[in-house]
Amino acid sequence: MNKFEYAMPQDIPQALSSVQHSGAVFKAGGVDLLDLMKEGIIAPSRLVHINNIEALKVISRTKDGGLALGANLTIAEIAELRELSGAHQALPQAAGSTATPQIRNLATLGGNLCQETRCWYFRDQNFSCSHKGGSQCFALQGENYYHALFDNKSGCVRVNASSISIALVALGAKLRITSAESSRDVSVAEFLVAPSQDIEKTHILERGEIIEAIILPASKPHQRSFYYKQKEKQSFDWPVAEVAVSWVQKGGVCENPTVILGAAAPTPWRSKKAEAVLAGQKITKKLAEKAAQAAMSEATPLSQNANRAKVFEAVIARVISWAGGVDPLQEGK
Amino acid sequence: MTKDVRIQVGVADNLQEMALKVPKNDPRPWDGNDQLKYIGGRTTRLDGVAKVTGAAKYTFDMRLPGMLYGKFARSPYPAAVVKSIDYSKALKAPGVKAVLPMQEKLPFSVRFVGQEVAGVAAKTLNQAEEAAKLIEIEYEVKNFTVKLDDAMKENAPLVWDVQVKEEASAGDIPGQENTLPQVGNIRGPNVSARNATKEEIDSLVNASYVTSEGVYRTQVQTHSAMETHGVVAKWDDDKHLTVWASTQSTFRTRKDFAERFELPEANVRVITEHMGGGFGAKFGADTFGVMAAKLSKVTQAPVFFMLDRKEEHWAGGNRPSSLQNVRLGANKEGKLEAIKMLCHGSAGIGTGSGTGNPFKNLYPCEKLYVEESDVFTNAGMGRAFRAPGHPQGIFALEQGMDDLAYQLGLDPLEIRRRNTSHEVRLKEYEIGAKKFGWSQRNPKVAADSGPIKRGVGMANSVWYYFYGTGFPATIQVNSDGSVEIMNGVQDIGTGIRTVLAMIVAEELGLDISEVKVKIGDSDLGAGPASGGSQTTGGITPAVRKAAYLAKQKMREVAAPLFGVSPEQIGFENGRAHVLGDPSTSLGWQQVASRIPGGQFKVVAERKKDYFGNQFQIICGVQFAEVEVDTQTGVVKVKRVVAVHDCGRPMNRLTLESQINGGIIQGVSYALFENRLLDRNTGHMVNPNLEQYKIAGSMDIPEIDSTVIDVFKGHNSTSAMGIGEPATVPTAGAIANAIYHATGARIYDLPMTPDKILAALA
Repeated sequence: MNKFEYAMPQDIPQALSSVQHSGAVFKAGGVDLLDLMKEGIIAPSRLVHINNIEALKVISRTKDGGLALGANLTIAEIAELRELSGAHQALPQAAGSTATPQIRNLATLGGNLCQETRCWYFRDQNFSCSHKGGSQCFALQGENYYHALFDNKSGCVRVNASSISIALVALGAKLRITSAESSRDVSVAEFLVAPSQDIEKTHILERGEIIEAIILPASKPHQRSFYYKQKEKQSFDWPVAEVAVSWVQKGGVCENPTVILGAAAPTPWRSKKAEAVLAGQKITKKLAEKAAQAAMSEATPLSQNANRAKVFEAVIARVISWAGGVDPLQEGK
Repeated sequence: MTKDVRIQVGVADNLQEMALKVPKNDPRPWDGNDQLKYIGGRTTRLDGVAKVTGAAKYTFDMRLPGMLYGKFARSPYPAAVVKSIDYSKALKAPGVKAVLPMQEKLPFSVRFVGQEVAGVAAKTLNQAEEAAKLIEIEYEVKNFTVKLDDAMKENAPLVWDVQVKEEASAGDIPGQENTLPQVGNIRGPNVSARNATKEEIDSLVNASYVTSEGVYRTQVQTHSAMETHGVVAKWDDDKHLTVWASTQSTFRTRKDFAERFELPEANVRVITEHMGGGFGAKFGADTFGVMAAKLSKVTQAPVFFMLDRKEEHWAGGNRPSSLQNVRLGANKEGKLEAIKMLCHGSAGIGTGSGTGNPFKNLYPCEKLYVEESDVFTNAGMGRAFRAPGHPQGIFALEQGMDDLAYQLGLDPLEIRRRNTSHEVRLKEYEIGAKKFGWSQRNPKVAADSGPIKRGVGMANSVWYYFYGTGFPATIQVNSDGSVEIMNGVQDIGTGIRTVLAMIVAEELGLDISEVKVKIGDSDLGAGPASGGSQTTGGITPAVRKAAYLAKQKMREVAAPLFGVSPEQIGFENGRAHVLGDPSTSLGWQQVASRIPGGQFKVVAERKKDYFGNQFQIICGVQFAEVEVDTQTGVVKVKRVVAVHDCGRPMNRLTLESQINGGIIQGVSYALFENRLLDRNTGHMVNPNLEQYKIAGSMDIPEIDSTVIDVFKGHNSTSAMGIGEPATVPTAGAIANAIYHATGARIYDLPMTPDKILAALA
């Protein structure tokens, strides 16, 4: 690992000033950052430790009844936040199934959204891959069982590692991004960058910008949400399939559904096909299965992950059923 | 000089008397009627508190004044020739004290990604790592092959252009070294036949009433011990070397260093006070040990050289893969009539992938034909791994047996009963079936109606009793009453330190807290290697005899104090008394205070067993219950009931821990672990503990372990080993339970969701 400076600003202006230094990066929990440094994937010359900044740990109501969550809240705090039960439960569900208790106690909401893909070629410095500025994607012809099932034709078949981003996109969340000059709100979906936009980028954050808060819109009457991560192992594992959904459900009928798949594409994958199946319909086990089939009909599996598409289909159907209040494991219906 | 003893031998409570001649100075062997205070009971580890508080010092914890850190530059190519090495940049890097090549003569070949090319020593670990990257190595890159099936092809790139000789390690089954033909990348076959030729065996199988055929595949599993491989090497002077080593054999390691540096063995001291596991991969000086000692010599400083997790996966050893073609034939009653098994497996650039032993040794079958061949690939070398060949072989053989049972409409346990007459095995079936509730099992497969289906299955273990001789155990008794037991044996984490104290305390009638154990130091006298499950069986008879001799000495000291002859003295509860008269007694310390000269030492050596080197099977059976999600393919192991034997149990508590560990490692092997090499570059893509998946706490089933007592009287303790047998049957039992749950047989390890779904499709 390279040598680096370590700065510990106490407020946002100090942090933004400290990060202007060339080669400087923010460090919150440091979970992913240290992994990347140890593997020699990045070599920052200064780490700006932002965990002391109280303003980034605030939870507040927005004017329109939404919830602003400070970017430095830990994943463990999010998993247990009482304000997030009910309509927003997909978020604590995603937070609670992330990593391990030790990591959840350290990792932050903002850091989680900025984390890099777990692609094993990206994370090995021996592979100069397209996401690191190289000329090829090694996964495309290599070991790609865990790689993208959708949006995998743009020269990088990584999958996004943030489970929390899947839930946030389903809930229509925004990020407040602040710089010394200004502040802007962008949706989580826009924050994350697909290879077709810029193959090397993971998110849109520029040097001199910081995520101040994550803003959840006020929940609508009868809104519900659900998140589930299907792992191979039950202890500490990345998903083989994960799904977050949200909609308004009156009299069993689904309105304005969002169906978001994680571990599926380089960014959270919105399945409009599944949404179209669900919209205006009464949620049943059959309908959920139909929506899952519709979602996976768009998949373009790589050489080794066609069977993972089957796992996905089962998980999508279950999550839709669970969200709709139907038991997917019951026979019949 | 011998004496006649009569002892009670047998299985559990089914005992019978046996007359035995034992040497005059040997204690009467413990038998089935002995009521013992410690042996066979449950004693917590003597070093447990030190381990959980961090006070215990492992090799990894060693910090010596002026110590340097060593690191390798490793090949990024799976096959290449090292043409030249330029050290100039590395030597100029901060903190660097020395850089040395792995081999003196250039050019030399490297045959897998991660093979050692050069070593560097620097003041800090980070400096060593950075300097290793600055060593400029010129490679001539060659064609390579990493997949078993590709390597077997006629035109595959050759991994070795020379004849490979098998080198056995202390973890291998003794007597398995051989010289075999080598064509292309295939070395073998090693043929074992019983009353059948290759030509005859197929027709024998075909003629059977029922047959089972299958092509089984098992993956490469890396040992992934908690403490990685490594040493700290320090030259005391030009001719004396001290090595702290994370090793399963202090003495094999000493011998290796002595040979490599042309020193008398006595000039090398190897210390392993605590050790974080090995599973068969840690014997000898190894590449990093030799490099550490070389770097230490040129820098005249101690050198710390431990592998990191990535290096551990690349070059620290592994359980070889296998591709097993199995054909079994049985008669109407389910009795095996013919076994055919042809296997190919890859131990990377090494040998030892054979899976034939379970086929040869589990069931008595008159007609058998087995061929085992190693296939070389450009991958890290396989090493002995917890029952080499056995979890692989059992995965195939026991699924075949299960298949025969279902074809015949027989209970899978019943077909096993019909194929064994082993008293221990039959007893284990009885206990295990009862504990598991096997009789309540639904004879139908895939009987559950919902998408999540439950199933049960079972499989046998088979292992063997090995032991070495010549190990001296020394006991010193001091005038303050303190007792020390000394031997160089290492405790690889299984608890031999505690067992030694238990034996001494038992024999001398002392409390265990009064016995001090000194082990893990080659200066303390040769001890067994912890491989082949032979530590306990190897060392305990010597320890018991030393304690017995110490007791004779103490009798001589005590006799005049009571005015009786020495044979009339007994020791119990820390006191000496006249046998048959406990009313007057003296404390152990009071007696010890009269030891002439203030202390004495006795030494006893491990001799051959009373029955010589008899081939003995260690049995064991495991029953598993699984839950298979037929929509996602995810398998959860809910419950494992294990019944094992290992002669006379010494410490039941640590024995059960070893069984639990064997099952957990078996679950992990069955469902998760898989060393994955990139087919295009030969790089391992998951050299970590995140994507190389190992069962975590939530993946561990409910485990019920039982150890049954087998009293043989073959030596004074009758102890045998459990380390290996405990992991042998787990994957096979789980596979059979998956079949029972779903009706789909999984022929390929690990049994991941994609394979389950493919089999159900």
